[in-house]
Amino acid sequence: MSTPVSEPLNKPLSAAASKSRRRPLRFPWLLAYAIGYLIFLYLPVLLLPLFSFNDGTIVAFPMKGFTLKWYAQLGEQDTLLQAMVNSLIVGAVTALVATSLGLFAARAFVRYRFKGRELSEGLVMLPLVIPGIIVASSMLVLFISLGLKPSLTTVILGHVFVALPFAVSIMKSAFDDFDQSLEEAAFDLGESVIGTFRRVTLPIVAPGIVASLLVTFTVSFDEFVLAFFLSGNQPTLPVYIWSQIRFPAKLPNTLALGSLLLLASVLLLLTAEYFRRRSAKSA
Amino acid sequence: MAGFLRTEAGKGLALSAPASLYVGLLVAAPLGILVAYSFWTQTYVEIDKTLTWANYLEAATDPLVRHLMLRSILIAGAVTMATVALAYPIAYFIAFRTQKKTLWLLLITIPFWSSYLLRVFSWKLILGFNGVMNSALISMGVITEPLTFLLYNEFAVVLTLAHAWAPFAILPIYVSLQKIDRSLLEAATDLGLTKLERFIRVTLPLTVPGIIAASLIIFIPTVGDYVTPSLVGGSQGKMVANLIQVQFGPANNWPLGATLSLVAMASVGFVAILFVILATAMGRRIR
Repeated sequence: MSTPVSEPLNKPLSAAASKSRRRPLRFPWLLAYAIGYLIFLYLPVLLLPLFSFNDGTIVAFPMKGFTLKWYAQLGEQDTLLQAMVNSLIVGAVTALVATSLGLFAARAFVRYRFKGRELSEGLVMLPLVIPGIIVASSMLVLFISLGLKPSLTTVILGHVFVALPFAVSIMKSAFDDFDQSLEEAAFDLGESVIGTFRRVTLPIVAPGIVASLLVTFTVSFDEFVLAFFLSGNQPTLPVYIWSQIRFPAKLPNTLALGSLLLLASVLLLLTAEYFRRRSAKSA
Repeated sequence: MAGFLRTEAGKGLALSAPASLYVGLLVAAPLGILVAYSFWTQTYVEIDKTLTWANYLEAATDPLVRHLMLRSILIAGAVTMATVALAYPIAYFIAFRTQKKTLWLLLITIPFWSSYLLRVFSWKLILGFNGVMNSALISMGVITEPLTFLLYNEFAVVLTLAHAWAPFAILPIYVSLQKIDRSLLEAATDLGLTKLERFIRVTLPLTVPGIIAASLIIFIPTVGDYVTPSLVGGSQGKMVANLIQVQFGPANNWPLGATLSLVAMASVGFVAILFVILATAMGRRIR
């Protein structure tokens, strides 16, 4: 899951903050609470990597010793590697399709005033607020009725649906900061419509596109419920992990795999955040 | 047609159409078929397409359905309240008590850039009978017997989801706090309000829109959550999504599953609208 971080709106020191500074002896309850809350937030995320190096099959203290064998064993599992390939395919196609759709829609929402714009803007955000189980079950019924067997294709169709709001909102903020007069200047200098788009518009919003590709890829890569309903006998990684959770003997391998996925997601999204900020700055 | 496409409205519609048609079709078409299925019945491997209210009757009269539906809404309500209550002080802290706002917002969102399934799985390992929490407390000598109330109940579901939804509560509330005109707060102090009075009568009512947004973003998906009740809910914590999955999976009764999906969606919508009306009214009341 990714949530765009909004920039602070006002810089000046608030009245409350300057007041608390004048009385330095008062115990900072809110700060203490904030730190406690951070521990609560990070505990489950750091736990998987911690125990993935534990030389034992039970996830409990005291820990047994350091090992890398759980990671080494991952490379020998063919079904896991197949699931990984499936996830990469689904993620890549989803990212491309969702970002293209999002690119055009965001361009329309930011640049043009037209009838039904607000309706359309609301509509593309709808996937965020429909419970996953309802999206999953209703799409399964639709695809079967259309004669589409559950497969990677149906997973992609579902993932584009849930990834689209992310693509649209990232691309919207990329176009928001875009200076219209640059395009007009290009026209005046004799560029064609396509030439202007390729040589002026595209390079400026490129960081936004990269951010959108990375975020939508990660949304798809981590998504479980839709893939669980729609993947048939072609499991994606989360569906594979779900099948492994039931077996206690597989637990250490699942931890190692989970840790790798956590790392991948965080790295991808930190990169996306970097590009998102760059697109905001360059405008 | 070609002329229309060159106008402002035409370009806007043409560019946004692929995205909105995609979403529109994938909302409308499955919903339509779901509605059709809900009036059919399952007979072994065949679907009997005579229209009937039987599924709705079953959904309305089966005590298990009513029980799970009610429990899903209650758990989602508890999750919403817990998440918002836990998140409010953090949002307040970031908005008013720190200058490193961007850093704090980043710190809070990073954990949620990881797979939801894995985070829920991690809570299962933390709360288990022989899990991380119990073994840590025992080795520190705080307890001698493992605590059994941690996993496989409503508490585990609420705790896990209060963790899973944290940024969805913090960010909207933070934005609404950040929007407050600071001179209003100074005016309240000058007019003799104590800090607590000022918070209750000025700050809190002004953040009602943020609280409503956060609550809806959390409440709606929680009612239909499948992963958390399956992994940490045990038999006490099962929710309506588990029942829906059974109909589409092992029980192979799609018409009933379709009916349950629609009933769940209608109930969520009803409760959400009721909540918005109540919360808006209360926000006005305090002021």
